[in-house]
Amino acid sequence: MNVAVTIDEVRPDALPSASEAGPAPKRIVVAYGFWIFLLSDIVMFAALFASYAVLVRSTAGGPTGLQLFSQTSVALETAFLLASSYTCGLMSLAVNEKRRDVTYLFAAVTFVLGAAFLTLELREFAGMIDRGATPQRSAFLSAFFTLVGCHGLHVTAGLVWLAVMMAQVTVMGFRANVQRRLLCFSLFWHALDIIWVGLFTVVYLMGVVP
Amino acid sequence: MTEATYDRAPRDKASSAEVQFEPSGFLVYTTGLFLAVVLTATSFWVANTSLLWGPGVALGLIVLAIAQIGVHLVFFLHLTTAPDNTNNVLALAFGLLMVFLVLAGSVWIMSDLNHMSGSELMNMQH
Repeated sequence: MNVAVTIDEVRPDALPSASEAGPAPKRIVVAYGFWIFLLSDIVMFAALFASYAVLVRSTAGGPTGLQLFSQTSVALETAFLLASSYTCGLMSLAVNEKRRDVTYLFAAVTFVLGAAFLTLELREFAGMIDRGATPQRSAFLSAFFTLVGCHGLHVTAGLVWLAVMMAQVTVMGFRANVQRRLLCFSLFWHALDIIWVGLFTVVYLMGVVP
Repeated sequence: MTEATYDRAPRDKASSAEVQFEPSGFLVYTTGLFLAVVLTATSFWVANTSLLWGPGVALGLIVLAIAQIGVHLVFFLHLTTAPDNTNNVLALAFGLLMVFLVLAGSVWIMSDLNHMSGSELMNMQH
């Protein structure tokens, strides 16, 4: 094959292909790596979901999901988390435009909604424990608290991360590394909402269906 | 640094040169929110109504959840089928394969064991 002819045939205005352009920009590499981490996190949640599905009927004579779960509180938690995912998206639009005040506004709304979700979840846990439905009571409750509690821990970590990111924006401004971290944060926050979709379907809604 | 055509980070937008029409980010997120709210509301309705055939409800809920996860991936995480998104989609496909194997495998094996009688379980040890 005549290489020179092949190169001549390339349109001059065509963008270089991935292999010709050299290494990908750091932002792409960082976000791709974080995407791989999120997928591994989702695989871990799959294991917790599997153990919950296996143990859901092992109530050892204790309370069942039908007796414990309140759909009103789950609907509110779902609404809070979905709304916070939306405002997190709007925050990342503001970050792209480097608008500091709008970023702070949507970060604050995201934080408050996430904290409201967590408060409701903790109240639900406290109410269950008051009624004797502790993790030690049955295999079903152990699996429930592990699965839902692990998601709650992720949300807590996300809230701490968001607060740290806002401090970084205040101190360092929209530097490239701060922007990369904000990109990773919004990936993390949206992934938590995806896991919650599986959670409210499998645990709460299928739990109240006879 | 040159921006390669075939690489894009998850949640990244396409560069303006590639696409003629691109809806604003605000519109994308709002559409996603609308679809997610509709699907969530349907899920809660399906779980509580007595209009539907009982045994089909669980399957319906799973279908609705998968649809909503799809909406989140497309509208919030901006995953597309474009060639510059191949890496992200391939990683997702591998992750979903793992999730499917772990979930379906565990549920299948454990329900099989639950259906075995005591003598069958004893025979397994030999």
